[in-house]
Amino acid sequence: MRVEGAACVNEPREQSVLRLEGVGKSLGGRRILNDVSLSLRKGELKVLIGPSGAGKSTLLQCANCLIRPDQGEIFLDGERLNQHNSGQLRLFRRQVGMIFQDFNLFDHLSAQGNVSIALEKVRGLSRREAGERALAELARVGLADRAALYPAELSGGQKQRVALARALAMDPRAILLDEPTSALDPELVGEVLAVIRDLAAGGMTMLMATHQMDFARALADEILFMDNGRIIEQGGPDVLLRQGAGTRTLDFCTRLSLELAGRDGLKANGLELLP
Amino acid sequence: MDWNFYLNDIFPVLNRGLRMSLALILPSATLGLAGGFVLGMARAFGPSWLRKAGDVYTALFRGVPLVVQLFMLYYALPRLGLYLDGFSAAVLGFTLCSAAYHSEYVRGAALSVKQGQFRAAQALGMSPLQTALYVLAPQTMRRALPGCGNEIVYLIKYSSLAYLTTCVELTGEAKVLASQTYRYPEIFMAAGVYYLALTSLASLVLGKIEKRLRVPGFGRTI
Repeated sequence: MRVEGAACVNEPREQSVLRLEGVGKSLGGRRILNDVSLSLRKGELKVLIGPSGAGKSTLLQCANCLIRPDQGEIFLDGERLNQHNSGQLRLFRRQVGMIFQDFNLFDHLSAQGNVSIALEKVRGLSRREAGERALAELARVGLADRAALYPAELSGGQKQRVALARALAMDPRAILLDEPTSALDPELVGEVLAVIRDLAAGGMTMLMATHQMDFARALADEILFMDNGRIIEQGGPDVLLRQGAGTRTLDFCTRLSLELAGRDGLKANGLELLP
Repeated sequence: MDWNFYLNDIFPVLNRGLRMSLALILPSATLGLAGGFVLGMARAFGPSWLRKAGDVYTALFRGVPLVVQLFMLYYALPRLGLYLDGFSAAVLGFTLCSAAYHSEYVRGAALSVKQGQFRAAQALGMSPLQTALYVLAPQTMRRALPGCGNEIVYLIKYSSLAYLTTCVELTGEAKVLASQTYRYPEIFMAAGVYYLALTSLASLVLGKIEKRLRVPGFGRTI
């Protein structure tokens, strides 16, 4: 039983916005996630890294209940989410934004339509209000002049910024980002990271899976290293990525940067690595 | 050329037939399209028993000649105690048959909508119904439109089979007049022009709708 008066005394700053406790998921008899717990406090940016197949994507989708975890609990602002109440679930998802690797924009709607549709249909704004709010959000990600264009007419970086505007328009308590720059050409990565950097500076609470180690090093409050469906290491980048830290995280990052350097080297010589 | 025969005999008779044809085509096209949309969606996303039922329906109504279907509706149903007049039997037959064809176009279109968009809609807090209405349906409609338009043009032509259920429309009137006057070439040439006008009009309207709903780059596979 929670005592209202007592709870207010020491909670305001310390209470987590989004908290996962002992979350697990099996798919097709395979354990994809195993007893994962994490919490995001207001304004925190945590970065998930790890080899592919580690369960990062599944974890993010479980955190938004796009995949229903079969174990564990999810809390938003301290309130336990009842996964089986579809009304509560929709309200929860509305407050936790999701950014996908492959954007998932609605193909039949303009950039503005993509942002305004949920404002209109889910939040019940009038068409005019929704349109204006959508324009404001597009301006925030630097796409005010692209509002009338359709997804097929936008670059990958622009599509991902529209997706960010779409999530932001819902006034989310937190945003989950599933490798938001992995599907982008290298020269387009920067514009998307810049938007995420601005969000972090503006105090948005975020959990992001990425391979952009420089970004993680510079901006993450904490790095969570995942493998085999578990969080194996976690801590600030200065701790996990310190020279000679001897962590799995550092080892992974070193190999990642060597691979990238190798690939760039081949590219410079006019060669491409086979996939 | 005997213009008086056209003006005094053929056109008045064919105009009467045209009115009957339109009375058959308009409800059949509308109901067939609506039924095909629901059926196609059910066949794409329904539970497996519904999908199977839809597949059987489609196989049946696409696989049996329309002539046979009309005879069944008009001559066989009364044996089961169900009496349909000629007009209703024709409209029902056209609707059932064209729904089967439409459902095939709709199913293909619905399945080609990129699934990630459903997850995006879900992540924004949309309910399954909202996702269906605002994400799935508009895209399915656009993708299915060319095929469905084609089916409507077919329907205009196979509506001539209504004479089998004693429903005298364009072709029926032409037939009666021709058998009275023995001027088959003129009469059927004129009837052909009537059908051509109908199908051209339908194509024009469908083309306009397609143009109006056009979204840059949409529906092209990269």
